[in-house]
Amino acid sequence: MGLLTELRSSISRVTSKLFAPDQGPKRIGIYGPPNAGKTTLANRIARDWTGDAIGPESHVPHETRRARRKENVEIERNGKSVTIDIVDTPGVTTKVDYKEFLEHDIEKDDAVRRSREATEGVAEAMHWLREDVDGVIYVLDSAADPFTQVNTMLIGIIESKDLPVLIFANKTDLEESSVQQIANAFPQHETVPLSALEGDNMDEVYDKIAEYFG
Amino acid sequence: MPGMQPPDGAPETPDGVQIDLISAGRMSNLRTMEKIRTILDSVHDGNIVILEDGLSPDEESKLIEVTMSEISPDGFTGIEIETYPKPSNDGGLFNRLMGKGSDNDNKLTVIGPANRIETLHKDENLISALVTRR
Repeated sequence: MGLLTELRSSISRVTSKLFAPDQGPKRIGIYGPPNAGKTTLANRIARDWTGDAIGPESHVPHETRRARRKENVEIERNGKSVTIDIVDTPGVTTKVDYKEFLEHDIEKDDAVRRSREATEGVAEAMHWLREDVDGVIYVLDSAADPFTQVNTMLIGIIESKDLPVLIFANKTDLEESSVQQIANAFPQHETVPLSALEGDNMDEVYDKIAEYFG
Repeated sequence: MPGMQPPDGAPETPDGVQIDLISAGRMSNLRTMEKIRTILDSVHDGNIVILEDGLSPDEESKLIEVTMSEISPDGFTGIEIETYPKPSNDGGLFNRLMGKGSDNDNKLTVIGPANRIETLHKDENLISALVTRR
C-alpha cells in the first residue's frame, strides 16, 4: 500500500469510527488451535462477570464443535465498564481424523460424529473470523510449540482484517510453560501470560481486554 | 492434478508421488475458488502441491473452510500445509510507504494430503517433509 492509499485508509478508519452509529457490544472471538484452553478462558471470563459458563471443557481435542456466544459480558476496570460479546470458537486445524478420537476411548460411531461436527465447527470458526468478529483473543498453550502453520496462517488472516488482537499465553501453571517462546513467535503483538484454569493473572487479562476492545 | 495428465507416451506411475509445482503466473490468472479447487483436486489425488507464490490470507481462510467441508471418515482427512514465514510482518515502514510488498510475497507454500505428508522440520530457510507412498 502506498503512502497516499495508507493515509486515505487511516482517515477513513478514523472517520467511520467517529460517525458510526452505536452498534452495541463488540464481538470478540476467542481463537486458537485445539486444546489451547479457549473454552476454559471463555468460561473463566463469563463466570467472573456474569456468573454463567459458556460450554463444557475437556482434554479431548475438538470438545467445542460449535461457536458459542455469551452476550453482554460487562467488564469493569478502573471505574469504567466495557461490554463485549464473547464468541468461543472451535480450535482451528487443517486436518481432522476420527481415529484421533478413538485414542480417547470414544466408540467409532461417536468418533465419526465428533469428527464431522469438528469439521463443521472449524468452517464455522473461519466464517466468523471473516465476517462477524470485531476483535480477537488468540489463545496459545504456552507449554506447546507456537511455530505452527495454523498459528501463522490465523494470525496472518487476523492481521489482514485489521482486527485488534491480543495473544494470551495460557497454561502458565504447567512446568513446561514458556511465555517467552510465545512472545518470540509473534513479537508484533502483545502477549499476556495467564492460567485460565487456575485464574492466575486475570487482572492483567481484564485490563488488556478493556484497553484493546473497550 | 486433474487436467495435468502425463504427456502422451509417458509411463503411468501408480505407485509414485506426484509433485505439482505451480508457478505464480498460473495462479495469478485464477479466482479464489479456482485456486482452491486446483490445490484440493490435486491433493485429493494424493499429490504434493508446491506454490511458487502463496495464497493471500483470505484465500488461506477459504482453503481451510473448503478443506473442512471435504473431509470424510476413512477418506480424505485434510491437508498439511507449510509456508516460509515472511521475513517481517510488513516489510518495514519504508516498504509500506513505498507501497512495496503484498500479503503473499514470495511465500513458497507446500500443501499435501494430511495422511501422506508430515513436516519433519521447518525454519526460515528450510522445510523438510516426509512423504509416504500410497
